[in-house]
Amino acid sequence: MVVKNKIMLGGLLLVSCYASALQASTALDSKMVFKPGHASLQHWLLPEAPAYPKNNKPTAKRVALGKQLFFDPRLSGDSNMSCATCHNPSLGWGDALPTARGAKSEMLARATPTVINTAYNSIQMWDGRKKTLEDQALGPITAAQEMNMDLTLLLEFLNASKGYQKAFKGAYSGEPITGELVAKAIASYERTVISRNSKFDSWVQGDKKAMTKKQIKGFKLFVDPQKGNCSVCHSAPNFTDNGFHNIGLLSFGADKPDMGRHSEKPIGLMKGAFKTPTLREITRTAPYFHDGSAKTLDAVMAHYIKGGEVKTNLSPNFKALTLSQSESEAIADFLTTLESPFSEITLPELPLE
Amino acid sequence: MKSIRVFLSATLLIVTASPLVIAENFVVGQKDKAFTLETLSIKVGDTVSFKNEDPFFHNVFSLSDAKLFDLGSYEQGVARDVAFDAAGEVEVECAVHPEMIMIITVE
Repeated sequence: MVVKNKIMLGGLLLVSCYASALQASTALDSKMVFKPGHASLQHWLLPEAPAYPKNNKPTAKRVALGKQLFFDPRLSGDSNMSCATCHNPSLGWGDALPTARGAKSEMLARATPTVINTAYNSIQMWDGRKKTLEDQALGPITAAQEMNMDLTLLLEFLNASKGYQKAFKGAYSGEPITGELVAKAIASYERTVISRNSKFDSWVQGDKKAMTKKQIKGFKLFVDPQKGNCSVCHSAPNFTDNGFHNIGLLSFGADKPDMGRHSEKPIGLMKGAFKTPTLREITRTAPYFHDGSAKTLDAVMAHYIKGGEVKTNLSPNFKALTLSQSESEAIADFLTTLESPFSEITLPELPLE
Repeated sequence: MKSIRVFLSATLLIVTASPLVIAENFVVGQKDKAFTLETLSIKVGDTVSFKNEDPFFHNVFSLSDAKLFDLGSYEQGVARDVAFDAAGEVEVECAVHPEMIMIITVE
């Protein structure tokens, strides 16, 4: 009897040690039990619908108009680039290039960020210079290096188009066609580009077969600050903290490096810091990092294990990782579970007149 | 020696009896990626101690005209102080986590 009690106590002690040993970056993560459907995991699920501004409630007609505008190349100066040229739904709503190609095919400094789940972001762009999708939408359209469109010409085109007049009237009745309205419609469409139906989401909701043991192990390592240390920035539920970090990329060692967030917030810590991207749909959005310098997830993991290349002004939350090969592979394998079933996109008909 | 003691005691009495308002120190935490206070009203000369209570690094800075400062980044359990020496509204932020923002009104 005494021996049996000792064994029981030993078992309890082991469980207790394990529970207290689970470290994580947030209080919610530290309480997680890695069983499918467990209540402690639910903070990783995204809301069914993202929030929207009070003055731009999404309606079917607003989304349809936004879709037309998103796919219309006549929104560019040369009438040959649409939003979808860079934010291509067939390529993870990106362009699969290291850095984007803009007007006249000029190479730009930064990678095209995916549109996927930007609806859940509290801040937009790699340097966070825009807060909402409405704030952001006209930026690339009018930027000389990107779509290079004169806003006055754009509004002339839209106001002269019977098709667009009708679409705007249906979407925003009684309001004149302005740049602000163009941005509102595009933002309404972008809010439909959502990924929240991945294998990981299914596992969190209780599907035991949605993730393998290796992938669950990868998730544990992902949230453990002593191992993957990933969730300190790629946090729940959209796998981003909407924050800014210098992660020691080689490009920061250039003569005149891209200073990133520092251009918006001139704080020393922000030199070379860029916004944490979501990891949802990461299997569809290679290459990685703001400069597109990592071609594969393995290359990303190698970068983090090494602790970066240029180690000046590193994010204080960034550190070299102590991971075995199998642990690194487990994290990369976990990341593949963040892919939702592919959504076919039907191209909209665009008005010729 | 005795005269020194008398002098110190007298000085202490004068300080204690002084009608001067003594600056206060306020503590604001950084917890769960938020400042523990959204707003705070203080007097000119008061000090605010910003304490990181999260298990990762935060930053504290302000680019407001009334008080320009950058406390750098620091870890859990560490607190750094800022003395507010001019009246005005001060927007305090964390550069790492831009959702963290609070307003200090200095009167």
